[in-house]
Amino acid sequence: MWTFLASDCMFFGALIAGYMVSRNRSVVGPYPDDILNIPFTSLSSFVLLMSSLAMVLALSAIQKGRIRLFRIWVMTTALLGLIFLGGQIYEFTEFKHEGLGLSTNLFGSSFYVLTGIHGTHVALGVTWLVALFLGSFRKGLVTKASAINVEIAGLYWHFVDIVWIIIFTVVYLLPY
Amino acid sequence: MATRAIARPSQVGAVKHDETLSEPRGLWSWITTIDHKRIGIMYLLLSIFYLFVGGIEAGLMRVQLSHPDNTFVSADTFNQLFTMHGTTMIFLAVMPMSAAFFNYLVPLMIGARDVAFPRLNAFSWWVLLFGSIVLNLGWFTGGAPNAGWFNYANLTSSAFSPGHNVDWWVLGIQILGLSSLATSFNMIVTIINMRAPGMGLMRMPPFVWMTLITAVLIVMAFPSLTVGTTFLMFDRFFDTNFFVPEAGGSPLLWQHLFWVFGHPEVYIMILPAFGIVSEIIPVFSRKPLFGYSAVIFSGIAIAILGFGVWAHHMFTVGMGPVPTSVFALTTMLIALPTGVKIFNWTFTMWGGHLNLKSPMLFMIGFISMFIIGGISGVMHASPPVDMQQQDSYFVVAHFHYVLFGGSLFGLMGAIYYWFPKMSGRMFHEGLAKAHFVFMFLGFNFVFMPMHWLGLEGMPRRIYTYSEDTGWAGWNLFISLGLFVLVFSFILFTVNMLMSLVAGEKAPSDPWDSDTLEWSIPSPPPFYNFAHIPTVTTRVPLWTEKYPDVYGTGAHGSDSEPEMHNIYPADEEPDASMHMPNPSIHPLILAFGITIGFLGLLIHPGVIVLGGAIAFIGLFGWVLQPAVGDGESHDEHDPVEPVAHTAR
Repeated sequence: MWTFLASDCMFFGALIAGYMVSRNRSVVGPYPDDILNIPFTSLSSFVLLMSSLAMVLALSAIQKGRIRLFRIWVMTTALLGLIFLGGQIYEFTEFKHEGLGLSTNLFGSSFYVLTGIHGTHVALGVTWLVALFLGSFRKGLVTKASAINVEIAGLYWHFVDIVWIIIFTVVYLLPY
Repeated sequence: MATRAIARPSQVGAVKHDETLSEPRGLWSWITTIDHKRIGIMYLLLSIFYLFVGGIEAGLMRVQLSHPDNTFVSADTFNQLFTMHGTTMIFLAVMPMSAAFFNYLVPLMIGARDVAFPRLNAFSWWVLLFGSIVLNLGWFTGGAPNAGWFNYANLTSSAFSPGHNVDWWVLGIQILGLSSLATSFNMIVTIINMRAPGMGLMRMPPFVWMTLITAVLIVMAFPSLTVGTTFLMFDRFFDTNFFVPEAGGSPLLWQHLFWVFGHPEVYIMILPAFGIVSEIIPVFSRKPLFGYSAVIFSGIAIAILGFGVWAHHMFTVGMGPVPTSVFALTTMLIALPTGVKIFNWTFTMWGGHLNLKSPMLFMIGFISMFIIGGISGVMHASPPVDMQQQDSYFVVAHFHYVLFGGSLFGLMGAIYYWFPKMSGRMFHEGLAKAHFVFMFLGFNFVFMPMHWLGLEGMPRRIYTYSEDTGWAGWNLFISLGLFVLVFSFILFTVNMLMSLVAGEKAPSDPWDSDTLEWSIPSPPPFYNFAHIPTVTTRVPLWTEKYPDVYGTGAHGSDSEPEMHNIYPADEEPDASMHMPNPSIHPLILAFGITIGFLGLLIHPGVIVLGGAIAFIGLFGWVLQPAVGDGESHDEHDPVEPVAHTAR
């Protein structure tokens, strides 16, 4: 899993580098300043960060063998992830209404591809968490002894979160 | 017991030969196999097939270039030929052939029963097969990729490459990337976690070390290519603007992303051959590898430096004096660890009892040809020289000397060296030597004159040239020289086929080798080791056979005959052994992913269909118990999360 994360690190590294190269080079609007809604995205970022906390609690629950508590926390994590995804879908639709399409300008291309690929990672993570949740009802699939499975899912989830912090900084917070 | 390389566990004989311990047969068993040895052989066959495909493409180009103003193929066909020749040789011949040996040898060399994730391993092969088909589909649907193997933007944008040609490349490479990454994760985990007792990192055979380094390189380098091709894919399919200068996009971004992958890729192709050479030379010199640690650490140094040299492919884009100087310097630096290895191999042979069997001849060919390629490579490190040679035949000569003269000589030698182990038959030594002689001569006939053509100014990738350039003579010579090369590969094919049918039965250790795979019968039983061996030195088998020379010092306390455990063919396998189940799900998953990618070209509905097939495969994969008897073995469960992450 660590090797996968190293690889994914390089993947996002290259993606973000690609975004940085394309930054501020759009020749037609809408430009980022016109369109980015920082307070709204800050809120959804906060939701995603809180999901990491829930993930830690889920792992701690399964390590103590408390399967009920695990189910609660793992579903909380997945739900918070879904809320983040919902926020992203809302954001994308809003931008589309304001005239920023995938092929409108360079900002549109790089913004949608970068955040979209991150969103795909979150969606995969949510699927994984739901699978763990459902698996916990099958006898012997998610147990104290196999807490490593939850830990690996957690590693992935935290990684996706950390990447979002970087993307949020680069895309939203750095002044254009 | 302490002196034994291969110790014998105490609980022997409590095994009944039920059906889980007999090897399955038939076509279906190959389709569902997850045995690393069978997967390795499938890799090898596929890569030899594509080696010949790439060779035919090269042959057609040489026919076209043999005379000035030739019209044998059109300019467009020629573009497709050189693009597909490069792509095929790199992604479908050399890399899979290295992967064949990773798969076949690593578990045997480290004393394991299989790789860490056997089903993921099968998945890698199926993805490779489907990806290679996608890459070549263009030949049958109106045009193969034609923008060169490095597909520089913005030649590849929809505006300049309107046909589907480049699409096949983008999709094929995306799919092939999955395969390489999955194999690499598998190899890293296998090598870190599954070594036999006593095999510390610094006791691993050098080939295993080079596999580890190569796998790490693949893991770190391929994402950059994936991002590049993803951008390109979006540009082509969804009209984004990453590489469109009119919209502010940067075509240079493609070059950077491509070469950040592309240069480590060079080492991905050569390091396995380094490992092979470091295995074979000591065996045929009757001496342990000279400076084992230096070989390992210079391999690591090459890997690290390999990430700091990508822009030497881009001196001519005008990056400014500082980046250019830095990249020139790092490029020259990388010659140092490579030179260290050359000295190690030479000193291994120095004073050894050289046994010039065919695998050894290929190794000597490798060293000498690789030195020529290495020296012309260092010449390119100097920016002013590079600017003269950029895109000339000199460069073509250089990289064929390292890839063909280097990697392929190494891999051919490896095929001969491990053929008895893989097939259980010996090959014809005379034919093998003839193969070497003709391949060596033909190789030099073809590629040596390219240096001169390049210095005379012949650019690469031109489909024809006029009479008054004065290039006709050498070009004809090269094209004729190719026949020698082709003849050598005919000898190879004949030798292999004949030996498979009628070769002598191979003993388990025909070369008097030092690594663990020669301690078990040829071909090895499907469970590899009846008992997991214990390793006490870097040359476990020599320690066993020649305790006086390679012993650990405590020798003499054991009165049992030493030979007893070298060839434990007659021993019963461990009772506690769990071999993994065969599985069809990797095939289904790989098929679904491929269909999904193809949907981009056909219809969004097909993407959904592919996703559904992939999901069925994944679902079956997760729910199928990993190991033999149907119980859930928790220690094997990490297979499941990796199934997810491999996507």
